[in-house]
Amino acid sequence: MRALRRPLPPWADIVLLPVINVALAFLTVGVLVALIGVNPLHALKLLIGGAIGSSESIGYTLYYTTNFIFTGLAVAVAFHAGLFNIGGEGQAYIGGLGCGLAVLALDRYLPGWILIPLAIAAAALFGAAWAAVPAWMQAWRGSHVVITTIMFNFVASALMVYLMVNVLIAPGSMTPQSRNFGPAGKIPSMHDALHTIGINVAPSALNLSILLAILCCVGVWVFLWHTPWGYALRTMGHNPEAAVYAGTNLKSMTMLAMCLSGGLAGFVGVNELMGVHQRIVLDFPAGYGFAGIAVALMGRSHPFGIVLAALLFGALQQGGAELAFEIPSMTREMVVVIQGLVILFSGALAHLPRPWLQSLLALRSS
Amino acid sequence: MTAAPAIELRGIDKRFGSVHAVRGVSLVIEKGAITGIVGENGAGKSTLMSILYGLYRTDGGEILVEGESAPMDSPRDAIARGIGMVHQHFMLVDTFTVLENLVLGAEGGPLLAGGLAAARAELLRLSREYGLTVDPDARVADLSVGEQQRVEILKVLFRGARILILDEPSAVLTPQETDQLFRILATLKERGVSVVLITHKLREIMAATDCVYVMRQGQVVAERRTADTNPEELAELMVGRKVRLELDKAAPQRGEVRLEVEHLSLVDFRGVRLLDDIDLQLRAGEIVGIAGVSGNGQTELLQVLAGIRAPTSGRFTVCGRTVDAAHAIDPGEMRDLGLAHVPEDRHRQGMVAAFRASETSILGYHDEPPFSHNYILSNPVVGAHCAKLMEQFDVRPRLPGLLSGNFSGGNQQKLVLAREMARKPKVLLVGQPTRGVDIGAIEFIHRELVKSRDAGCAVLVVSVELDEILSLADRILVMFAGRIVGEVEQGLADERTLGLMMTGAKAA
Amino acid sequence: MDEAFSFVFLMVAATLRVATPLVLCAMGGLFSEKSGIIDVGLEGKMLMAAFFGAATASVSGSAWVGVAAAIVAAEALALLHGFACITWRGNQVVSGVAINIIAAGLTVVLGNAWFARGGQTPALVGDQRLMSLFFPTAGDNAIVYLALLSVPATWWIIERTRFGLRLRAVGEMPLAVDAAGISVTWLRYRAVLLCGLLAGLAGAYLSVAQGAGFGRDMTAGQGFIALAAIIFGKWRPFPAFGACLMFGLLDAIAIRLQGVKVSGIGEVPVQLILALPYLLTMFLLAGFIGRAVAPKAAGIPYEKER
Repeated sequence: MRALRRPLPPWADIVLLPVINVALAFLTVGVLVALIGVNPLHALKLLIGGAIGSSESIGYTLYYTTNFIFTGLAVAVAFHAGLFNIGGEGQAYIGGLGCGLAVLALDRYLPGWILIPLAIAAAALFGAAWAAVPAWMQAWRGSHVVITTIMFNFVASALMVYLMVNVLIAPGSMTPQSRNFGPAGKIPSMHDALHTIGINVAPSALNLSILLAILCCVGVWVFLWHTPWGYALRTMGHNPEAAVYAGTNLKSMTMLAMCLSGGLAGFVGVNELMGVHQRIVLDFPAGYGFAGIAVALMGRSHPFGIVLAALLFGALQQGGAELAFEIPSMTREMVVVIQGLVILFSGALAHLPRPWLQSLLALRSS
Repeated sequence: MTAAPAIELRGIDKRFGSVHAVRGVSLVIEKGAITGIVGENGAGKSTLMSILYGLYRTDGGEILVEGESAPMDSPRDAIARGIGMVHQHFMLVDTFTVLENLVLGAEGGPLLAGGLAAARAELLRLSREYGLTVDPDARVADLSVGEQQRVEILKVLFRGARILILDEPSAVLTPQETDQLFRILATLKERGVSVVLITHKLREIMAATDCVYVMRQGQVVAERRTADTNPEELAELMVGRKVRLELDKAAPQRGEVRLEVEHLSLVDFRGVRLLDDIDLQLRAGEIVGIAGVSGNGQTELLQVLAGIRAPTSGRFTVCGRTVDAAHAIDPGEMRDLGLAHVPEDRHRQGMVAAFRASETSILGYHDEPPFSHNYILSNPVVGAHCAKLMEQFDVRPRLPGLLSGNFSGGNQQKLVLAREMARKPKVLLVGQPTRGVDIGAIEFIHRELVKSRDAGCAVLVVSVELDEILSLADRILVMFAGRIVGEVEQGLADERTLGLMMTGAKAA
Repeated sequence: MDEAFSFVFLMVAATLRVATPLVLCAMGGLFSEKSGIIDVGLEGKMLMAAFFGAATASVSGSAWVGVAAAIVAAEALALLHGFACITWRGNQVVSGVAINIIAAGLTVVLGNAWFARGGQTPALVGDQRLMSLFFPTAGDNAIVYLALLSVPATWWIIERTRFGLRLRAVGEMPLAVDAAGISVTWLRYRAVLLCGLLAGLAGAYLSVAQGAGFGRDMTAGQGFIALAAIIFGKWRPFPAFGACLMFGLLDAIAIRLQGVKVSGIGEVPVQLILALPYLLTMFLLAGFIGRAVAPKAAGIPYEKER
């Protein structure tokens, strides 16, 4: 297995290998679709049509993309620090609780332009707090975040069910959801916002949260590669001993990385609750936290790559829904399978095509 | 000697990617003798033995054991042929008892009970026969390094090996333990075991072996009867030319005290005393060398002085700032005081292999101007800084964008050294300045250290290479078991007295 | 008296019913983790097994054929995990997460494609299901007894056999195993396959013994509770078994307490009790209840340059 170590040219490493990994995942899905008895090409056509065929479907694609950017960035920031945050799901959930509580408490007193930034900050704060506990446990008590963040997903879920059923449920409601947010707690939808500047698009769930997502991408990029803290964080991720040598406190850096990660995941709550549902509901993270792992792996933990990967997953999410509608034997869970396969091929089996690629390139150059 | 030698290697060849580690090596290991293989770090000794033991696959050549061709695809083949190896890093399971470690791989059946009982009896017999006493039920983690090595040797004997390979066995031992080891090897030889001793220490070759092969850059360059050679000749063969031990330097111009260490002690979480009441003074314009066998507290001393670990008791003062258990400091503050630190293990501490050279060139200084301004890291400034360092210290290739891990050891070390010297530090701590560095770079690094001394820097050098300490230091301190056991001015020091001090046998 | 006895009997039975898949999964996971392969994919293996078990039982009409299919399904994922982590030295956690997500999606996709019931399999009746052996009200089917048996068996294999010794060694110091001439790869594959076998049984239990058919996401985190039990048991079979029983009992109590007001405390939130296994494990991991030390080489791929 010496081949694993032999380097590829940078362009092959950065572009070709990830593309092949993703292609392998999709090839596997294609075989699976064919096994179910559906023509993969036909399915692909429907999927693409469903994802970008109309201005409405593009809107939905971008709305899903927003969530994937948040969780993808969350996983990526932790990755750079050498931490594997599997708790995006729970952090998104609690982040949603944070912005929800802020809105429920203040939407009668504050105007939107104050409340919305406040609620966004609350989402980040709650998401960060939920990540801070596993971070603290790793930094000071030596238990691995992988296990503790998994555990905290379940705890978050149990906590939210308890709160929604017993505390936050709207009076008289039969389903566990909070009262509706007031107008001050609504993040404007994209079609409304565009309408005010004279552009008309079909209504969709897409809202201005996507601007926050883009802002986060730029912010993460600047932070990781253009600030001394980002430098220290990446040093810790690659070589903790060197980070200590350089004067970095690993404990506080672990806290910082996980809190940033949790805060980013918490923004899913902003997009979902303040952008779309207009109240606190159960189960809104719907797997976005786990999908973030796929997004980060596929995007190679770089904000630019993450945007591309999030667009792809957003399109799959939206196109998959259309596909399930058109072909009854297909379900939306096909998208989940794709996410899993991307994690498998881009993550655990990332080096699978490498020896093959190496001999191919060697063949060409000789 | 009987007709067929224990082992014969014919034209063994091995490449790792672009590195040609072993080049057509042929050699013969006689039966019932101790054969030494000597060479510098990276000469290919360990790789060669790993091939013989089946850990690496050879790219060419043939291995013969007792005259028979013996392909070694895995250690299983080697073990079956009666070859045993004691690795430099022990292959012991810490959580297992001695007995469990002994039987691993030779359990004698699918159920443990019978095998363990038989092994216990055999262990007692071997212990008696070879004088290798060790408690069969002790947990390996609780044993001393010397005892662990005994377990390794017992493991090999337990498998009935007739050929024993030892890879740098003394690297982790105290001199007394080393002597004891050599007595054991002599006993083994008497009982007809063929021993291969891999080392880079000439003293050991002279003391223990019957014949010796010298390796340089992956090749066997000489074969000698030990009785017919001397350390000078071997040293010359090892490095390929006359070693220049003397470094041209003027007498030190000593200035004020820059580092003062008083009663410094460090006790680890298990209560082991790693540093024991250390006192030392370092003045501007001098190089103080700390000699000692690896693992006698030098690493910990550097860590404490660099601010990486806090002392348990005692204090030290760097450029006016006093540090003790209650007033800890971090490495960043140390740098601000004007202390620079070239760590012993650059791969683990001094650089980040996955970072570009430019990023490595600011490690530890990344949050300071001019690199960092208004909390923004300026990549152009960092790149220019790195290019300048590369020019000054002749780092090749001169590519700030290349990943640090892709440079050769010598160039990595030059980059780390350049980084630490760039700020003209008041105090410079240097651990193992030339470990894993090629000869050309060694001279360069030594000259730079002397230059920095002459510019008024206080330099503390820790090295396990006695030659290096002797040629570099103005004053030599010897560490043993966490204590400073001797101090000698340069010129008054010779290898023999220092050697004795390093064993703790003689205090000055 | 009689009432008290029947209450205790029912609680014990309920505890065992809930604990059975946990025990099987925990013992499986123990083999894998002892060998140095972290397995966060227990959940996915169990889910896949539950689906294929129920699907096959429903089509073939035999519960035991279903159990066999469940094991085959879990082994397929175990081999995938091994292929990624042992052969290709991929990140073990990433591989486990991938397996969980693939299983969550694939079971619904296939279930929907084959049975068109929104991911569910048809309800199992008669011989398609494993029934109680001795106490009709207790749900003591064959797999419950297999689970009870799996604990001493696991202990015996790990502590008393050559395979167990090597397994423990490879999880601590694979280099030592390699240098002793034993194949690290083959050892770890065997551990991973044993894990698949037990996780497969656990999945089969859920859908063809305890339940009567597969429902989407029916494992509901039990794979992770089993993982918590392993940690809680500090990677030892009997303590891990104890943790499974404790978690099972908590679950049984949670069901009993639903909506019941406890005097002095008021209504105990069921969610709290359901979250307790995780919270307790967190407490343990934080070092408040002794120390849990994982096998040293767990999570680290064995790299060797040849």
